Amino acid sequence: MTRHQRILIYGYGNPGRQDDGLGAAFIAKMEDWLRQNPVPGINLDCNYQLNIEDAEHIAHKDLVVFVDASQEDIEDYTFTAINPNDARVEFTMHAVSPAFVVDLCRKMFHRAPDAYLLHIKGYEWDFAEQLSDAATRNLEAAFDFLTEIIRNKKSFDNAIITKQDVTH
Amino acid sequence: MTKKITIEPVTRVEGHGKVTIHMDHQGNIQQTRLHIVEFRGFERFVQGRPYWEAPVLVQRLCGICPVSHHLAAAKALDVIVGAGTGEGLTPTGEKMRRLMHYGQFFQSHALHFFHLSAPDFLFGFDGDPAIRNIIGIALTKPELAVQGVMMRKFGQEIIRATAGKKIHGTGAIPGGINKNLSIEERDEFLKGADPLNADKMVSWAQEALDFFKYFYSSNKEMIDGFAHFPSNHLSLVRKDGALDLYHGVLRAVDTDGKKILHDIDYQEYTNYIEEEVRSWSYMKFPYLKSIGKENGWYRVGPLARLNTAEFIPTPLAQKEFEIYKALTNGKPNNYCLHMHYARLIETLHAAEVIRDLLNDPDLLGNDLVVKGTKQKEGVGLIEAPRGTLFHHYRINDNDQIEMANLIVSTTNNNEPMNRSVNYVAKAIMTGKEIITEGMMNSVEVAIRAYDPCLSCATHALGKMPLEISLYDEDNNLIDRKRS
Repeated sequence: MTRHQRILIYGYGNPGRQDDGLGAAFIAKMEDWLRQNPVPGINLDCNYQLNIEDAEHIAHKDLVVFVDASQEDIEDYTFTAINPNDARVEFTMHAVSPAFVVDLCRKMFHRAPDAYLLHIKGYEWDFAEQLSDAATRNLEAAFDFLTEIIRNKKSFDNAIITKQDVTH
Repeated sequence: MTKKITIEPVTRVEGHGKVTIHMDHQGNIQQTRLHIVEFRGFERFVQGRPYWEAPVLVQRLCGICPVSHHLAAAKALDVIVGAGTGEGLTPTGEKMRRLMHYGQFFQSHALHFFHLSAPDFLFGFDGDPAIRNIIGIALTKPELAVQGVMMRKFGQEIIRATAGKKIHGTGAIPGGINKNLSIEERDEFLKGADPLNADKMVSWAQEALDFFKYFYSSNKEMIDGFAHFPSNHLSLVRKDGALDLYHGVLRAVDTDGKKILHDIDYQEYTNYIEEEVRSWSYMKFPYLKSIGKENGWYRVGPLARLNTAEFIPTPLAQKEFEIYKALTNGKPNNYCLHMHYARLIETLHAAEVIRDLLNDPDLLGNDLVVKGTKQKEGVGLIEAPRGTLFHHYRINDNDQIEMANLIVSTTNNNEPMNRSVNYVAKAIMTGKEIITEGMMNSVEVAIRAYDPCLSCATHALGKMPLEISLYDEDNNLIDRKRS
């Protein structure tokens, strides 16, 4: 972690749609944790969705961890390196994927941070602000995982927990 | 053999669209339908909630235009708290809301142009889909991509400063606003280092418009020939007929420009507009009651707004408006792809309005909220980037919402989007046995011109590919393609 001076942890999702708010909940929890355990160089942000201006946002960082809710077939969470070559465009969508943001950053600014996705399993998606119990448990586990890396200055690359069929 | 072609975006949670195209045995297009699954449960969800929560609650509807819902709800609740209909707020309250709204317009229109529509023009409707997006622009015209990204960022920062935060902003409250603009915020937007300042945004908006006009001058036949059909047009206009995206009276004109809805007070919209339910679609079909279901449908959005408005109250956009109107000899413009032209004129207008507002000392005032005699019912209308947005609430004696009705912009454009798909399908698919990627994208181009919001309410990381399924007359799947 020492080679990364400027780190951004970026949660996204709609907290008004139950477990889609996992990204925002993670950032809120991280804010509390950083107040107790200050770590220079770590910035936090969250938004409803990723979009093209995030390419400029991450261009000023050395490392970015995107945090999002997942509907994929995973157990609790995964932590994967983002491959910009996986960028793809979606029909009439007003949002883009983490890989798209990193790829756009690379092509526009000729550099891009090391980027990872912390993907936390969600279950309920109705109009409500509270996370489901199972998603809350997954949030805790994912939070412990990431703070352990930060606290002990571990390598993010060595921490990758992947699943073969997870795509960005 | 009759064939049914289905173009189906697969979505994540709810809200999706698909296109079905029916061909007869001779390859003629018999019927086209754009199906959009619209989540209607929200109106029931807000029932029973305290009315003052609505401006924040409604932002759950959409991750891309939460500001439009936030402001439309606040405008409806202005009426309920006795603050009047759009004109009763304090100068600071109204102008802060306008700044938020025009910031939203600016960033939303910039996204649509640079990310969703310009790539179609730069690389062609049948261009390589891998680069037919802003990444392709970044590779071939990097300065244009930077403009798009930074224009989005500027608009987002305006929203953050006026709404208070990126997610679930709280800026607009019933009867006004909960914060003013600080001198530091104002100066940052006015005098910030290039490119993030208002002057640069005005000049970039002008450049984007010039880019489109240049493209149009070389491709007039293609643009004018794409899904051109007559329609009615509806939008808010200021009482003197000016383009106004935040407040006004409701006006509709027919395809010849004759007024068919005469600048009505939108509190009475139910007297003039009705929504038809069709068995094959979850999304309703609004129409003007006075004309009827068959011919009373209308378009909303940039094209409609520049057809209903008589002038634009900022100088650069007005100059462009005059050039634009001359193309149709002052008559309503019914060219589908001129939606992009109109959108870019509005982008320039939004940049000018933002700059003017930032120079207005009222934004720094402290008189933020007004209250009056409480009412039981209120309607809030606003021009969202993609068209007219209706919010209607009624409350009970316990200050709880007992009725909510929303007509969102994409619903207002339901019939014209269907007609555009039909037009394009007939033009490019008649007699064809193979559905090419270019054909598929042409259908998308027709839909995309309206900038519909199909599935923005939630977004857990997932996919929205486009899928085409080909069925025979017995509904047996004979081919399927996915982008």
